[in-house]
Amino acid sequence: MSSERAVVVGASHAGVQLVTSLRQEGWSGDIVLVGDESALPYQRPPLSKAYLAGKCSLKELAIRSEDFYVKQDVERVTASVQEIDRSAGELVLGTGDRLSYDALALCTGAHPRRLRAEGADLDGVHYLRRSSDVERIREDAIPGRNAVIVGGGYIGLETAASLRSSGLHVTVLEAADRVLERVTAPEVSAFFTRIHQEEGVDVRTNASVEALVGDTRLREVVLASGESVRADFVIVGIGIEPTTELAEAAGLAVDDGILIDAHARTSDPDIVAAGDCTSQDIPRYGRRIRLESVPSAVEQAKVAAATICGKDKEVAALPWFWSDQYDLKLQIAGLNTGYDDIVVSGAPTRDRDFTCYYLRKGEPIAADCVNRPRDFMTTKRMLTQGTAVDMAALTAEVAV
Amino acid sequence: MAVVTFMSHDGEQHEAPLEEGSSLMQVATNNAIPGIDADCGGEAACGTCHVIVDPAWADKVGRSGTEEEEMLSMNPERQPTSRLSCQVKVCESWDGLTVQLPEFQM
Ligand SMILES: Cc1cc2nc3c(=O)[nH]c(=O)nc-3n(C[C@H](O)[C@H](O)[C@H](O)COP(=O)(O)OP(=O)(O)OC[C@H]3O[C@@H](n4cnc5c(N)ncnc54)[C@H](O)[C@@H]3O)c2cc1C
Ligand code: FES
Repeated sequence: MSSERAVVVGASHAGVQLVTSLRQEGWSGDIVLVGDESALPYQRPPLSKAYLAGKCSLKELAIRSEDFYVKQDVERVTASVQEIDRSAGELVLGTGDRLSYDALALCTGAHPRRLRAEGADLDGVHYLRRSSDVERIREDAIPGRNAVIVGGGYIGLETAASLRSSGLHVTVLEAADRVLERVTAPEVSAFFTRIHQEEGVDVRTNASVEALVGDTRLREVVLASGESVRADFVIVGIGIEPTTELAEAAGLAVDDGILIDAHARTSDPDIVAAGDCTSQDIPRYGRRIRLESVPSAVEQAKVAAATICGKDKEVAALPWFWSDQYDLKLQIAGLNTGYDDIVVSGAPTRDRDFTCYYLRKGEPIAADCVNRPRDFMTTKRMLTQGTAVDMAALTAEVAV
Repeated sequence: MAVVTFMSHDGEQHEAPLEEGSSLMQVATNNAIPGIDADCGGEAACGTCHVIVDPAWADKVGRSGTEEEEMLSMNPERQPTSRLSCQVKVCESWDGLTVQLPEFQM
């Protein structure tokens, strides 16, 4: 009998961790990593940060070296998977080839939500998810030009910071009444608005895009209010949608993400999934959540690999996230969903460092830490271990 | 070729070749060393690449910087020679270097 073959679809943070963990967990059969991006799998977070600012090469962003795949005997295939034929245990590739599998993992990630507005298909309208997107943006991002960012989420704000630092005129358009509305407290939104304004970014809230105007190439963005903003190019960052077509067509349960259990199994227990494409019940928060972060992709991938190898691991790590803008490093421990109170340590209306703790029924559940790595590590540790967080001690230390 | 040895908490040893110019974290992840998670990819943002340098090597490898220090300061497994391996650029002349991995990366 030939050796068993594990196939991983999607070659990014989740997929690469999954193949790594498969070897670490003792998978001795073949491993094939299929992805539709031709570059060596690279880290995505720097795309809106150092890579956009031209501070590093794609090669430096490799998640693992080329050599890794050779040494770990992982075959990389560049192709798009068109179909999962579950009854045959085969994948149909875009090339027409079929690839059989004994174990299958879906790590298909996510793609940007499209802007629905007139003119959204003009030249000069960009999205930011892949290295190839950044390469196109960089052609347009000439110092002195006008860049308009649609969406004041983390990616929009990071993009604004990188372009501003490269000498462009930058406007951020946010449809809600504050930036980061979905993810942070008003105090934190106000902080980031202040910083961006001090750096010279035009931050506009309650600004929804009505139309993008130009001949073949974009010239201006017209808002619902009737105002217009000059734009040499636009970057749309209004959220992502999980890439689930493949799973759906194969009959797997999908509801805003491929549904997985604590072992990263899909509704077909022989198929696992990990990363941005998944949605999972998280006991810590008592609800189903689709996380969009590298740490979560890595955690789920480790569990998925263990499951394939017949081991009993469960997704347990505390969600966390980070974002870099200018000289600010924001680190977030935990999720603040359902918070009913906050405690702020520091002076976010004046300084460039502070921590915002989120509480629910008096218990800390998350913290946004700006240039406060110590607060971040302390909170992450306490929330992970489930030890009671002593708010008085946390904030007193800072008040010294 | 120059090698570094990663010693797990329970004494398991894993060797990896030292590639000049890489970070110690990259050396570990490129060789599938278990116990180095490196969630943030080397941004000194996650603290999941903690290693404890053999004290005999501490001067050669260098001490932690301020930001690194903040990330490590609350860590109960922290030792005087603790480093975030993503902040350590390796040299081929470090053949025989040994680093210890903590029980938990967090
Ligand atoms: C600009 C930017 C900045 C970010 N910053 C941060 C940050 O600071 N911190 C953080 O934690 N996270 C950040 N993220 C989010 C993070 O990058 C994602 O959470 C992470 O990439 C998820 O990894 P994944 O492997 O699940 O999916 P993805 O990275 O989306 O990768 C999925 C891969 O699968 C491929 N694929 C999909 N379908 C198929 C198919 N049918 N056949 C073959 N291949 C397929 C895709 O092309 C892609 O290469 C950022 C994302 C972006 C875009
Ligand atoms: S890899 Fe995240 S701190 Fe070193």
